[in-house]
Amino acid sequence: MCNVCGCGLGEGGSVPASGEPGHVHHHHHDHAHHHEAGAIDYGAGPARAHAPGLSQGRMVQIEQDILAKNDALAAANRRRFAEQAVFALNLVSSPGSGKTTLLVRTVEALKNELPVAVIEGDQQTATDADRIRATGVPAIQVNTGKGCHLDAQMVGHAADHLKLSVGTLLFVENVGNLVCPAGFDLGEAHKVVILSVTEGEDKPLKYPDMFAAADLMLLAKTDLLPHLDFDVDRSVGYARRINPEIEVLQLSAKSGEGFDAWLAWLRAGREAARSGPGQRVADDDQISL
Amino acid sequence: MHEMALSESMILIIEQEAVRQRFDRVKTVCLEIGVLSHAEPEAMGFCFEAVSRGTVAEGARLEIQRPPGEAWCMDCAGTIEIARRFDPCPRCGGHQLQVTGGEELRVKELEVV
Repeated sequence: MCNVCGCGLGEGGSVPASGEPGHVHHHHHDHAHHHEAGAIDYGAGPARAHAPGLSQGRMVQIEQDILAKNDALAAANRRRFAEQAVFALNLVSSPGSGKTTLLVRTVEALKNELPVAVIEGDQQTATDADRIRATGVPAIQVNTGKGCHLDAQMVGHAADHLKLSVGTLLFVENVGNLVCPAGFDLGEAHKVVILSVTEGEDKPLKYPDMFAAADLMLLAKTDLLPHLDFDVDRSVGYARRINPEIEVLQLSAKSGEGFDAWLAWLRAGREAARSGPGQRVADDDQISL
Repeated sequence: MHEMALSESMILIIEQEAVRQRFDRVKTVCLEIGVLSHAEPEAMGFCFEAVSRGTVAEGARLEIQRPPGEAWCMDCAGTIEIARRFDPCPRCGGHQLQVTGGEELRVKELEVV
């Protein structure tokens, strides 16, 4: 069946993805599904070739990036973060990689040393923000509803609500999803992709856009390595095929191994944000971004 | 499916242009979706159809161009073509590649009436 609309061959009576009663099925099967050794690849080949010589109506030039609006809002966020020396990180991973547990341990380790705040993104529930707030650090939950990713507007709005001190280390925990958040700039300094060793070591190849967009890969849950067949070198090799520049740190939020290097990375990034050009650093200022 | 959000952004762009360039209906939307971009043309078509209902672009056809993936190979010091992000350089087999093209996600032009 076609996984775009759910219509389909050999799956009679399947409900279209729109789920609307009385849905009129406009989705014509004029596209080719590329079959290669048992795989259906929607990424291969042009879906519909461009046909020159369009007739009748007039042509209007647009030349606009579809993400232009998000990118402009992200640039505004980035400017505001730079002005207030906020070091913002966009944490991305699959669901269940242990992002929130890792974040809780990180926050616990740093909260008495420097200002930390968290923006939590999930489709539903405020449980993650509750877990962060239990550490005593300010956190705000953004529920995306049907949305599969945070966008720059949501993060700007959430930042409005957090009273961020100058020099804050701001974590944005994106919706657990290795696909959709890749293309949406939030104004962060870096995307940090978390891959837990209970997932496949070939995830960088399966979800290349995210590993291409990230500057740092955290290989998490390393305390479990003795029980698994996960090949660390192979996984790092795959990530560097996609992104030769990607930094890699290994750590476990359970045992704490590898945390010193991670905390050092965070401190160094925050210091760089604080000493950036034109910084006005006054630690006690409470500034609402 | 982030193609829904991308389609909504497209509608926003089109409706702004409808006011600015004075047109009432869009027949065709010409898009560039690079081979290495993070959007799927099939999903874009489906989402756009859903999102465009009740707008000036309702019923519009998508004409999708797919600029090829291009990268700079640091080992060969040259531009090469790749179909996927993890493809090696076709000349030297290396992976020291920096993507330079094929990430486009653009509304190029509209056929309007």
